Amino acid sequence: MLKILTELNAVAGNEEKIADFILSQVSGYADDIIRDSMGNLIFLKKGKKQTSKKIALFAHMDEVGLICTDITDDGYIKFDCVGHIDDRVLLTQKVLVGDDELPGVIGIKAVHLQEKEERKKVIKKEDMYIDIGFSTKEEAQKHVSKGDYIALDSPYVRLNGRRFKAKAIDDRVGCAIMMELMHDKYDCDVYFCFSVQEEMGMRGSSVLTRRIKPDVALVLEATTASDTAFVPEHLYATRLGEGPVISLMDKGSYSDIALRKFIVGLAQKRNIKYQFKLTSNGANDSRVIQTAGGGCVVNAISLPCRYIHSAVSVADGGDYDEMKRLVRAVLNDIGSFIEKGSEEA
Amino acid sequence: MQLLEKLTQISGVSANENEISEYIINEIKNHCDEYWKDNLGNLIVHKKGDGKKILISAHMDEIGLMANYIDDKGFVRFASVGGVDVYTALYQRVVFSNGVEGCVCHESKTDLKKDLKFTNMYIDIGASSKSEAEAKILMGDVAVFKGDFSVIGSKVVSKALDNRLGVYALIETIKKISSNTLDLYFLFSVQEEIGLKGAMASSYSIKPDIAISVDVTDTGDTPGCETMDIKLGDGVAIKIMDKSVITHKGLRDFLTRTAKDNSIAHQFEILSFGGTDAGAMQTTGSGAVTGALSIPVRYIHTPCETASVSDIEACIKLLCEFCKKDFIFA
Repeated sequence: MLKILTELNAVAGNEEKIADFILSQVSGYADDIIRDSMGNLIFLKKGKKQTSKKIALFAHMDEVGLICTDITDDGYIKFDCVGHIDDRVLLTQKVLVGDDELPGVIGIKAVHLQEKEERKKVIKKEDMYIDIGFSTKEEAQKHVSKGDYIALDSPYVRLNGRRFKAKAIDDRVGCAIMMELMHDKYDCDVYFCFSVQEEMGMRGSSVLTRRIKPDVALVLEATTASDTAFVPEHLYATRLGEGPVISLMDKGSYSDIALRKFIVGLAQKRNIKYQFKLTSNGANDSRVIQTAGGGCVVNAISLPCRYIHSAVSVADGGDYDEMKRLVRAVLNDIGSFIEKGSEEA
Repeated sequence: MQLLEKLTQISGVSANENEISEYIINEIKNHCDEYWKDNLGNLIVHKKGDGKKILISAHMDEIGLMANYIDDKGFVRFASVGGVDVYTALYQRVVFSNGVEGCVCHESKTDLKKDLKFTNMYIDIGASSKSEAEAKILMGDVAVFKGDFSVIGSKVVSKALDNRLGVYALIETIKKISSNTLDLYFLFSVQEEIGLKGAMASSYSIKPDIAISVDVTDTGDTPGCETMDIKLGDGVAIKIMDKSVITHKGLRDFLTRTAKDNSIAHQFEILSFGGTDAGAMQTTGSGAVTGALSIPVRYIHTPCETASVSDIEACIKLLCEFCKKDFIFA
């Protein structure tokens, strides 16, 4: 499933393909389905019991990518990024252009032709172009137009052991886990929300949140792992193979403390591996979910992912399984968390 | 001042406001029609009236530090919660919620003039191993800066005057107002220091007609400071503008008239940085007529924040006169 999901292209604002796929796979498990004006998907699964509080799970369908801004006279494509991509990871990437997914490459002057000084500089995306094999504007325009989405082309590949490389691990892992968990039945009503345009500033989830107004939300994400060469240990952020990441705080939100303790307690009780993120950078849908609908208890559970926002993101299958176990455990037991909350109030 | 002293010394780092909100509840519970906490921990206190719906907010939270890594020797790495300056944090004493104390230090090779940042600083909590440290605190635990409350002449000095001054002003106002026409909601908001989160959520659910936030403002009356027309002791500041909000002119004029009519010392605030709950309340939902009152404070976001007692009193008086109105500006 991860292979299929990561190989589907859904650059922010262009999530239709993946939304169609998700609908085709899991509609049968939902009691109610909404596809809203922005393209967000909401599946309501009714619980076995009546509950006063609304529980929602969130994962975003979109991925970072590129968009065509111009076609040069000699048939090359100029582009801008959709979502944040480091200029340095773009060079010589393979890409797929437009709805027909024309193959192309991001070109650079050959090493032989570069001046000494040029070789030391990082080339900016403004100076890059995509080569799709045409030599005139007229030819290219028959197949590509300004505004066409461009996705990174990077098949899912198993690495040694349980690790894998793919694009869009952020956040197809969240989508995959939600799709699997929709097969089960839970005590409480659960809204499974697949959001759009997270990479552009959590635009989809703010609309979703105002529609559902959840009381408790769990965001399933991928997050930065920097357990790589030349990084001191206290700046690792997260580590591959150490289990899913339970959020403390990042640039976007401070996760609810009671919910965090509940999740940590569950992980300990069930012997599920978990870790905290050691740095506080980045942000996810939690930021808007927490406040957009009048206030919601939020935490995020994330899969550690190296080289995130690049075509060669790397994650660990063991972490993925532990993350799924942890989220399932939370959904099964969330009733006790809610009851505890209402007693205190 | 006893109440103010108590309020400043309670720990309430953003998102950890339970202790301070429980303390406030105890103070106000006999002076309102109803009160409740929402999902985020915002405390809302309602004094019913038939008139327009007014939301008056003061944030309860304060800046602090969060432990996010413990090394083999028991030193604690941290992240800041809210706007903490590296130089202000250096060599301060901090206290975790469970009472564990520590000092903020830096890796000794760090070039202090050029390269001081949180990632090369740590908290020494007196532990000599990882296990000893982990017995005292957990990752995710938060600490506040120590900053005792003292009265120096006509001024008070303490940590967390930002914004326990506002909290104090709201509590006093709630206690002093006995019958009100306006439908008054007092919001003790959470997570202001990390992005106005509490006010954003709460004003979305309350949907006020008029919103006023009460917070602190910087001053321009200390040696070598940026030019700013605010002085300690010159009265409550009626906000015109900061980075989060331009206040509603009609409401600002109404507050000014109310101050003049009642001989309340006041001044006007234009702050070139920083923001407050008003910014969130003005645009959330379908919006509200928004204003803000500020109490001048020197050395904001340090353990020696300094304010003038007379400014605090002026703020309370203006709030009370405002809340007594049976009409709002024409």
